[in-house]
Amino acid sequence: MTNLVIVEHDNNEIAIATLNAITAAQQIGGDIDLLVAGESCQAVADSAAQIAGINKVKVADNPMFGHHMAENLAALVVDVAKSYSHILVAATTFGKNMMPRASALLDVAQISEIVEVKSADTFVRPIYAGNALATVQSADAIKVITVRTIKFEAAAATGGSAEIEAIDSGVDTGLSSWISQAVSGGDKVELTSANIVVSGGRGMQNGENFSMLQSIADKLGAAVGASRAAVDSGFVANELQVGQTGKVIAPDLYIAVGISGAIQHLAGMKESKVIVAINNDSEAPIFQVADYGLVADLFEAVPELDAAL
Amino acid sequence: MKILVCVKRVLDPQVKARVKADGSGVDLANAKMTMNPFCENALEEALRLREAGSATEVIVVSVGGGKTPETLRHGLAMGADRAVNVVTEESLEPLAIAKVLKAIVVKEAAGLVLAGKQAIDDDSNQTAQMLSALLGWSQSTFISNFTLDGETATTIREVDAGLETITVKMPAVISVDLRLNDPRYVKLPDVMKAKRKPMENIELDSLGLDTANRLTTLEVVEPEGRAAGVIVANVAELVDKLRNEAKVI
Repeated sequence: MTNLVIVEHDNNEIAIATLNAITAAQQIGGDIDLLVAGESCQAVADSAAQIAGINKVKVADNPMFGHHMAENLAALVVDVAKSYSHILVAATTFGKNMMPRASALLDVAQISEIVEVKSADTFVRPIYAGNALATVQSADAIKVITVRTIKFEAAAATGGSAEIEAIDSGVDTGLSSWISQAVSGGDKVELTSANIVVSGGRGMQNGENFSMLQSIADKLGAAVGASRAAVDSGFVANELQVGQTGKVIAPDLYIAVGISGAIQHLAGMKESKVIVAINNDSEAPIFQVADYGLVADLFEAVPELDAAL
Repeated sequence: MKILVCVKRVLDPQVKARVKADGSGVDLANAKMTMNPFCENALEEALRLREAGSATEVIVVSVGGGKTPETLRHGLAMGADRAVNVVTEESLEPLAIAKVLKAIVVKEAAGLVLAGKQAIDDDSNQTAQMLSALLGWSQSTFISNFTLDGETATTIREVDAGLETITVKMPAVISVDLRLNDPRYVKLPDVMKAKRKPMENIELDSLGLDTANRLTTLEVVEPEGRAAGVIVANVAELVDKLRNEAKVI
């Protein structure tokens, strides 16, 4: 078996999620190569080569890959795919965008968001917002896989010295063009890698009230998250959404404030180690998954919690 | 320009999936079914484009058996002009669905395909990207804003880091996120009108495609539940538990 893991990066640094996907590849077994496609991305290739247990880092350094447009990336993956039995990427918006395109061009099924490797051809993946786990076996010669990062530890970022090979491959399809990216995160702790997350829901009533959660988050070194209701209502930006169709996270501590606990929200956070729910409705479904529940008006409880920390 | 909107019939999002005792799948017998929420956003956007004069016709297409026509009728009631149902009792994987949809896109000479970013049953998030690949078209996924500018379209994508703006060459396959729009409510007269709108049934076999499944589902189980928690009396007790019992702060 030979695995290819597609490296997610911003032309400077490797996204941590890549390390989780590498662990899934380790569990499949066999050699692991990495594919770095980008523009002026030598620094990424150099760090990729240091990841423990990597055989080879293939680097396609070309302006056509600078913004990681799916059309060009998928075509590149197809070019290099023939020598691999497994192609993996983290199930981030990067992986979810480009991987099915590559999969279709290879005429193979994609196995989305695996949470467990049973064997080289058999994997477990959640369906129905995580309310069921399906074990699926692939009959395809090349297994194309996206990896749900929370279920695989990050591989060691150092300790390796893989060979770096430049590949001169790819065709600029010219089908789509990157214009801009708006990032509202600033210096705040990143949601998917945070050990503690403080999330707000519809009960927060407006965006200004999220500053109460930010204050607690700052004290705990935590990230702020939100339910879909809060994002849909315009309280906070989309990248804070935790849930079935937002981010799936598993911090050590998840504090849900004013969140009722809809099925699609629970799908994004119920793997957290410790869950705290603060809600004035004692019947709210969030209490069914909470380790510690506090039935209280959040506008009294949250300032009190802030003061106690 | 014709717009094709792909729609899927799924378990109602408010209903918790129940796993069958024999581990063969999720029990959908007598369960409340609905149009996948993201598909409704895709259809809403198509209808708005037609209403703005950017499209001449909106066609809803689905692949399935049983009561799939019911879901297509809902699409017609929302305002689609006609429906295409590719009939099969098999449960097809996204790759096969993409092949079927490609055949319909070509047959209809559609200039734009709108789809939901993800079906809330199998959570695959694949079909739109696969269809785009098979057509050799451009793609933009998880979008929350769409502007047609003639030969291109400008889209805003919801990505992990925030919002990304890209332009795509037309024709394109676009997968939509929930914040793109608020789907309209269907009124009773719309339901009546939908009954008279055309719905074409195409047998899957007549398309002559390789739609064989590549994956075998060996088992479907319920995940382990969480142990019951405790209700604390006040903030002081909560902080004490987090510090001294759970040791997470």
